[in-house]
Amino acid sequence: MRISTFFYTIKQGIINIFRNKWFSLASIATIGACLFLFGLFYAIVMNFQSIVKNAEEGMSVTVFFDNGISQERIQEIGAMIEKRTEVSKIVYKSADEAWAEFKEEYLGEYSDGFTENPLENSASYEIYLSDVSMQPALVSYLEETEGIRLVNRSEVMASTLTGVNALVAYISVGIIAILFAVSIFLISNTVTIGISVRKEEINIMKYIGATDFFVRAPFVIEGMMIGLVGALIPIGILYVLYEKVIEYIMLRFSILTKLLSFLPVEVIFNTLLPASVIMGVGMGFLGSVTTVRKHLKV
Amino acid sequence: MVRSDAKSRRRKKHISGGDEIITLNNVSKAYATGAPALNGVSLHIKKGEFVFIVGDSGSGKSTMIKLLLRELVPTSGDINVMGYDLTRIRHRKIPKFRRNLGIVFQDFRLLKDRNVYENVAFAQRIIQVSNKEIKRNVPSILAIVGLAGKYKAKPRQLSGGEQQRVAIARALINQPSILLADEPTGNLDPKNSWEIMKLLEQINENGTTVLVVTHNREIVNAMQKRVVTMKKGVIVSDEEKGGYIDED
Ligand SMILES: Nc1ncnc2c1ncn2[C@@H]1O[C@H](COP(=O)(O)OP(=O)(O)O)[C@@H](O)[C@H]1O
Ligand SMILES: [Mg+2]
Repeated sequence: MRISTFFYTIKQGIINIFRNKWFSLASIATIGACLFLFGLFYAIVMNFQSIVKNAEEGMSVTVFFDNGISQERIQEIGAMIEKRTEVSKIVYKSADEAWAEFKEEYLGEYSDGFTENPLENSASYEIYLSDVSMQPALVSYLEETEGIRLVNRSEVMASTLTGVNALVAYISVGIIAILFAVSIFLISNTVTIGISVRKEEINIMKYIGATDFFVRAPFVIEGMMIGLVGALIPIGILYVLYEKVIEYIMLRFSILTKLLSFLPVEVIFNTLLPASVIMGVGMGFLGSVTTVRKHLKV
Repeated sequence: MVRSDAKSRRRKKHISGGDEIITLNNVSKAYATGAPALNGVSLHIKKGEFVFIVGDSGSGKSTMIKLLLRELVPTSGDINVMGYDLTRIRHRKIPKFRRNLGIVFQDFRLLKDRNVYENVAFAQRIIQVSNKEIKRNVPSILAIVGLAGKYKAKPRQLSGGEQQRVAIARALINQPSILLADEPTGNLDPKNSWEIMKLLEQINENGTTVLVVTHNREIVNAMQKRVVTMKKGVIVSDEEKGGYIDED
């Protein structure tokens, strides 16, 4: 194809868009809404995953031992736990260390009255998992192990986080699928209108000897342009919103800042921008190509 | 022996038709409803001829033009235009075939939202001529049809005669071998009709084969060209330097 033909086709595609402004706007708005929601859910899911991951990493199972257990048995248990694949890290805390920590944290200078360690039996292992979903298995293993008195865990938190995350993902996939279909339908309608408006012109083109490609290409360009604009607008809005919203959450719920670790805007948009553009242009392409094939028998 | 005879006969036939640019052999065309629009029409036109097609309204003239453009396919019979067998031509080849035709209609069929220059340039864009060449070709063709000063005007700002000149310029710019005109003066006053016919004659003198469907008795009689007369889907007369046949 010649360069001049290429530009001519692009120009005709843009003219098509402006020729039926309202339909083009409706299509852009629908694609925009679709990709806005996609971006929104993507940002939420990604952040959620990052928060869950952080929480998982900080979450541990603590085990305490039977009264009067020998130091050898404690070491034996430690070695057994460490061998398990789901365990990423295991930290031993002696009774003295526990007492020292407790004193520092809660008693301060009032601790002077104690002559011996009141937490004599509170030596423990803190066990960190590489995968929080393996927690129940580990806990039941630990409970059956000889010499262990108590297993402390935070199962509820972990399963809730994963559950909410999955729910958000399912809902977003559902909504996006519906909007996807609506977008393609609207693009198809826009292109159909464009074809009927240009019927006469298309006929003249055919009399003069235009190839199928030459007649059809502007309509496909039209669809792809609509898709591109429909992708860039929500991405721009999301970009601005994202930073604002995070700023707001951090200010408003400053207690949560330690728990919530939001992803930087670049991390989200490095993937979101190309993904949205590909989806937008792809929807435009699909919607227009199928329509042109159906309504533009040249 | 027999086979090679047949072969050479076929080749001979082809050679003898060498200067024949349009051939209709026993062509019929029936639409879904009504009597056939064309009924066993045979017509031979040589390169460089100027032919009037006349006949009552509904006699099948436009149908014949549409068959020659390969807008329609015949129900039966053979059509050959510039060596293209139009009953067998592949869909993909039709654009290439049409690029050798110039077509002019009664209703001009210009693009209303584009100016004169763009309307003519359009025909070249379609066949992917470079912008540079378009800029050179359009003004010279507009000069030929007498519209050099009006290249910026939109169709609605032009008279019927001027609009038809734009259409002719568009038909000519790709230097077609054949110009088909279906009632080109049907919407024009006598003066403009004459000017358009003279223009078509001039185009013919430059070597283009011209087929003109018309109702204009006066012009046909004055111009002394070949006249093919149709009636109810058949050719009833075909005369060199003929005139408009009076029916009643
Ligand atoms: N698309 C069509 N469908 C059915 N009948 C048609 C169609 N086009 C033309 N006809 C009929 O075919 C006959 C020839 O029409 P046409 O070729 O347009 O004649 P002309 O151009 O000589 O006036 C007429 O009877 C007309 O009614
Ligand atoms: Mg007619």
